[in-house]
Amino acid sequence: MITLTHYLVLSAILFSIALVGILRRKNLLMLFFATEIALNAINIAFAAISKYYGDLTGQMFAFFVIAIAASEVAVGLGLLIIWYKRRGTIDLDSLQTMHG
Amino acid sequence: MENYVLIALFAPLAGSLFAGMYAMKPKRLITGIVTSALLFVSFLSSLVLLFHLLKTEEIVKVKLFDWITAGSLNIPFGLVADQVSVIMMVTVTLVSTLVHVYSIGYMEHDKGFNRFFSYLSAFVFSMLVLVMSDNFAGLFIGWEGVGLCSWLLIGFWYYKKDEPRDVNPSISPSWAANEAFIMNRIADLGMLIGLFIIYWHIGSLDYDVVFAHVNLLDIAIITMMGIFLFIGAMGKSAQFPLHTWLADAMEGPTPVSALIHAATMVTAGVYLVVRSFPIYSQIPDIGFYIAALGAFVAVFAASMALVNTDLKRIIAYSTLSQLGYMFVAAGLGAYWVALFHLMTHAFFKALLFLGAGNVMHAMNDELNIFKMGGLYKVMRWTAIFMIIASLALSGIYPFAGFFSKDKILEVAFDSQHYIMWFVLWIGAGMTAFYSFRLIMLVFFGEERYKKYGFHPHEAHWYMLAAMAPLALLAIVAGFFEEPFEEFVTQLLPEYHIHIHGILAVALIGLTTLIALSGIALAVYKYSHGGFSPKWRETFIYKLLYNQYYIPILYEKLFIEPYKELSKIAWKELDLRIVDATVDFIAAVIYKSGFAGRVVQSGNLSKMLRWMVIGLLILLVLVIVYSPVR
Repeated sequence: MITLTHYLVLSAILFSIALVGILRRKNLLMLFFATEIALNAINIAFAAISKYYGDLTGQMFAFFVIAIAASEVAVGLGLLIIWYKRRGTIDLDSLQTMHG
Repeated sequence: MENYVLIALFAPLAGSLFAGMYAMKPKRLITGIVTSALLFVSFLSSLVLLFHLLKTEEIVKVKLFDWITAGSLNIPFGLVADQVSVIMMVTVTLVSTLVHVYSIGYMEHDKGFNRFFSYLSAFVFSMLVLVMSDNFAGLFIGWEGVGLCSWLLIGFWYYKKDEPRDVNPSISPSWAANEAFIMNRIADLGMLIGLFIIYWHIGSLDYDVVFAHVNLLDIAIITMMGIFLFIGAMGKSAQFPLHTWLADAMEGPTPVSALIHAATMVTAGVYLVVRSFPIYSQIPDIGFYIAALGAFVAVFAASMALVNTDLKRIIAYSTLSQLGYMFVAAGLGAYWVALFHLMTHAFFKALLFLGAGNVMHAMNDELNIFKMGGLYKVMRWTAIFMIIASLALSGIYPFAGFFSKDKILEVAFDSQHYIMWFVLWIGAGMTAFYSFRLIMLVFFGEERYKKYGFHPHEAHWYMLAAMAPLALLAIVAGFFEEPFEEFVTQLLPEYHIHIHGILAVALIGLTTLIALSGIALAVYKYSHGGFSPKWRETFIYKLLYNQYYIPILYEKLFIEPYKELSKIAWKELDLRIVDATVDFIAAVIYKSGFAGRVVQSGNLSKMLRWMVIGLLILLVLVIVYSPVR
């Protein structure tokens, strides 16, 4: 039997993977992937809890997150391509024009 | 009629603003002419109001607007022209018009010519607010306004350097101005408390409301009101122990001394007591105290004038002494007599001061009367004017002072305060003596000024012309006593003098006798070489010459400990505690900012790491603080 706990554990594992990705990756594209993973980890948790309580709000929220994630990626990828055209790299350490 | 009230009040303000526009510019004659003309307009409006009141006995009230409205507190900005305020308005505007005209000549070479007229007209405006207001709040605003203008004008020559007390007893104009301002501040605190008490118990500051309800209050509360209001009056009218500023205020230009420190502002205290007669007539004990203090100041100040050698300071002490007389009358319930003496005194004292101004001009601002003498030959008109003023001041028939001052002595005798009468009687003798000592030393006798290389000359014709109306009034004002009494007692309580016939004649005779003997003594002594120099070694001379050592006492007793206290507060409290705390907070923020600056490396992955750390901290907090299930 798959219970709520299993879903939440899966969600937590996925989130941790995303977190490690955010921390370790230097490639901007990979960073986007990690962000997507984090968002979807949360989506799983939303959907599961929504089902558990029989409340549709959580699932609605998951849809919103998907929509936001899609637009975010669209904008992000656009910026990323322009950046690559200008600098020829998408390495994070090259993005250092605003240090204090 | 309302329009005349407004014109009378706002014409001086318009003049002040006009002259103020040229304040930083070189001298423009137009500022003097415009301010004088506007004051004359104000004087004419006051006269119209006076005749209107004489004819119809109808008090004119103007409510301009609601000034302060907060909760139950409602203070309108209202003006009133009743018998008392109209008398004050006419006196103030008349004297100030003449002083303005005189100042055009007196200040002709001063680089602050325009500024001077701006201040002087602003003063007249404040003084009119003071006397025309129909409530205590407006009176207080005017009260502070005249204080401010007095400060500006005493310190008019603010650039003069401080001198030691032995050289110049008032140290410097700016010092004298500050002294006057601070002394008045102390007194104004008392006055403000008085106003609070009135408002607290009556719920209004309107004269009509306050005076209608005051007799319903407990006698203890009325006494408190009377005491605190009188403290305010003591400061403005320079009564003991707040008197030292008036003599030092002579550092200002002489027209200022004539207008502010003789004729108008210093009498505001008397005006306050007269105006608040419904309060003071409830508390005769306080009235007696006021009268006793007035009598004390009358001789106290006169005694200092006996020996002083400074032309203006002698007249200043004489003002102080005459204010004492006014307070005697007001304290004993003869309010109209106080007001009458206030008016006549304004005329002859302004005249005396303007004459002194002419002498100063002629002598290149020399003030020591022992360096003058024999000036009658070169300054005949000034001499005649000053003799008229001195005769009026001494109370010789038929000059104005005879009627008003004699009345005060009569009141003192009539109310069976014989000691007070005797003190005032002595004071009258002293007044006559020092007035004619001054006249003799300045205008007659040996021409000592030649030794010092002065070349005196008579003042401009228009300065003398400005003095002429005052001289005329100093002679004839006394004859208006009966119409004056009839007019002001429509508002003020009447005062019936019970002594008649032979006793009254004897009293007048006695007073005239001592005044005449004072004059005779002065004339005789100073036409025969004066008193021997040995007098200067005696203790009593030194005591009087040093103003009873009171300024020095105040310096030792108040100023120096206060300076020490301020130094402690500055070095120990302010620097070590307040400043240190503020500096510490600033340093912490500055240093943590400096240390935290490395966070802003601009490197995205480092920032993401910080974000994750923040996230973890938040998570921990959520777990720790989440409600226990």
